[in-house]
Amino acid sequence: MDAGFLWNSQPGSPNSRPALGRGTAHLGWTTFPLVLAGALGLWEALVRWQDYPPFILPGPGLVARKAWQMAVEGLLWRHLQATLLEILLGLFLGIGVALVLGYFLGKHPALEHLLSPYLVASQTVPIVAVAPLLVIWFGSGLVSKVLVCALIVFFPTLVSTVVGIRNVDPDLRDLMTSLQATPRQVFFKLELPAALPVIFGGLRLSALLSVVGAVVGEFVGADVGLGFLINLGRGVLDTSMIFVAVFSLVLVAQLLYGGVRMLEHVFLQWQRIGR
Amino acid sequence: MKDVSPPPVLELHWVSHAYRSGPRPIPALARVHVQVAAGEFVCIVGPSGSGKTTLLRIAGGLLRPETGQVLLDGEPLTGPHPAIGFVFQRTNLMPWRTVLDNVLLPLELQGPIGPPEREKALHLLETVGLAEFADAYPAQLSGGMAQRVALVRTLIRDPEVLLLDEPFGALDALTRERLNLELLALHARYRPTVLMVTHSIEEAVLLADRVWVLGGQPGRMVAQVPVDLPRPRNVAVVAQKSFGQLALRIRELLGLVQEAPRRGVGHPPGGR
Repeated sequence: MDAGFLWNSQPGSPNSRPALGRGTAHLGWTTFPLVLAGALGLWEALVRWQDYPPFILPGPGLVARKAWQMAVEGLLWRHLQATLLEILLGLFLGIGVALVLGYFLGKHPALEHLLSPYLVASQTVPIVAVAPLLVIWFGSGLVSKVLVCALIVFFPTLVSTVVGIRNVDPDLRDLMTSLQATPRQVFFKLELPAALPVIFGGLRLSALLSVVGAVVGEFVGADVGLGFLINLGRGVLDTSMIFVAVFSLVLVAQLLYGGVRMLEHVFLQWQRIGR
Repeated sequence: MKDVSPPPVLELHWVSHAYRSGPRPIPALARVHVQVAAGEFVCIVGPSGSGKTTLLRIAGGLLRPETGQVLLDGEPLTGPHPAIGFVFQRTNLMPWRTVLDNVLLPLELQGPIGPPEREKALHLLETVGLAEFADAYPAQLSGGMAQRVALVRTLIRDPEVLLLDEPFGALDALTRERLNLELLALHARYRPTVLMVTHSIEEAVLLADRVWVLGGQPGRMVAQVPVDLPRPRNVAVVAQKSFGQLALRIRELLGLVQEAPRRGVGHPPGGR
């Protein structure tokens, strides 16, 4: 969770210089605690200097105490757990459908021509407008949140899969044909590994958006979850509770993103081998 | 038709082809009727657009000719065949596989890989001097090394027929020459039947038993030039008088020799 995380070493370009990425990552790890301490210091200073009341801007100490209290009561874990479950199920559903559909759209341009207007339309409608409908149709339980999450996660993975599959080197397809490879072999030995770097780009975005999806779902109607806590905190002017929920969400997003990066690290090892 | 003593391995029977992807068909190849004997090394030269690559793809079963037929060992060829190995101009190595895994790919598609297969791959890599690069990735190789790996990958299935589409076209002149000599050595050792498209007339004369000269659009067979330089060959062949004469003869057939100061200079008497 170092700084410069988003932009160092794009997985899409096979020529990215690995040395640069490694250098900034190192810098990130050493400076991260310093930057964090600096930010917390500024925050505390701002609160003291302006003398804000806690319901406007609580200081870091107050938020930390609130977090501790919520953790001890088991409140934080209960809501965190609910949101995590929605996110993970949403991710699996959205990414799963996107990968399968993306593969077929990538293989059959005609199919993409046919479906792309609807896919684009589905993305131009704001998710906050769709979420209430889903809550009406599927209730305010787990299902509607998972669907909102899956819906928002779907598109980046879909697009990256289509692009990844379409960009498979036609000469390598030729090679596989000349070697009498079966369609199954072409998929596992050529298409999948060739498209993976591009697909991972989409997965990173999907991982981050999944958090947004779950919170949007919870905002519309829920009785548990971090998004629900934020809503609750707003209602009773418990600003430090909002802060605790927001920081928890940030942490969840960081962990998900880190998870995708770790998978990339494992699966795309060959990309780090430079000339 | 000239009689060749060993039976033909590969026969093209009045093969014609046109590409029909655009609004109007583009004729590429017209009525080519040739055969290649076992162990023979044939080079194909011709201006761009004369159907060299089309001919090669048809001979390898990658492309179905519109009319005519391809026979491999007397059997009609309907598609890619395990006895035919292709080497493309681009090396087509998979960047996510190590050199060894790239070489093993053709065998992997046929069945499980065990120690004997690995052994064989390493041995072949050794013959082109790349044994210690077995665990390297393609990005770590030079162009010449990568093309050697591609060649070895094709050889691992012990192909009867080797089809090379300008394999060394993207390499620098020195590397290219070195690889030509390695190819000569490999041919002398394994004796595959080779069909190779090239842009270099000298390369064709150095390597081939016979040079097919294609021309026109659609491409047709202008001439088949036998190269009767003795084998085994080495670089010294280049200095022989007949080498230069053959190269000149091919240039004439390609229409490259115009307004020579004195006509007839360098003509091999009778030509054969």
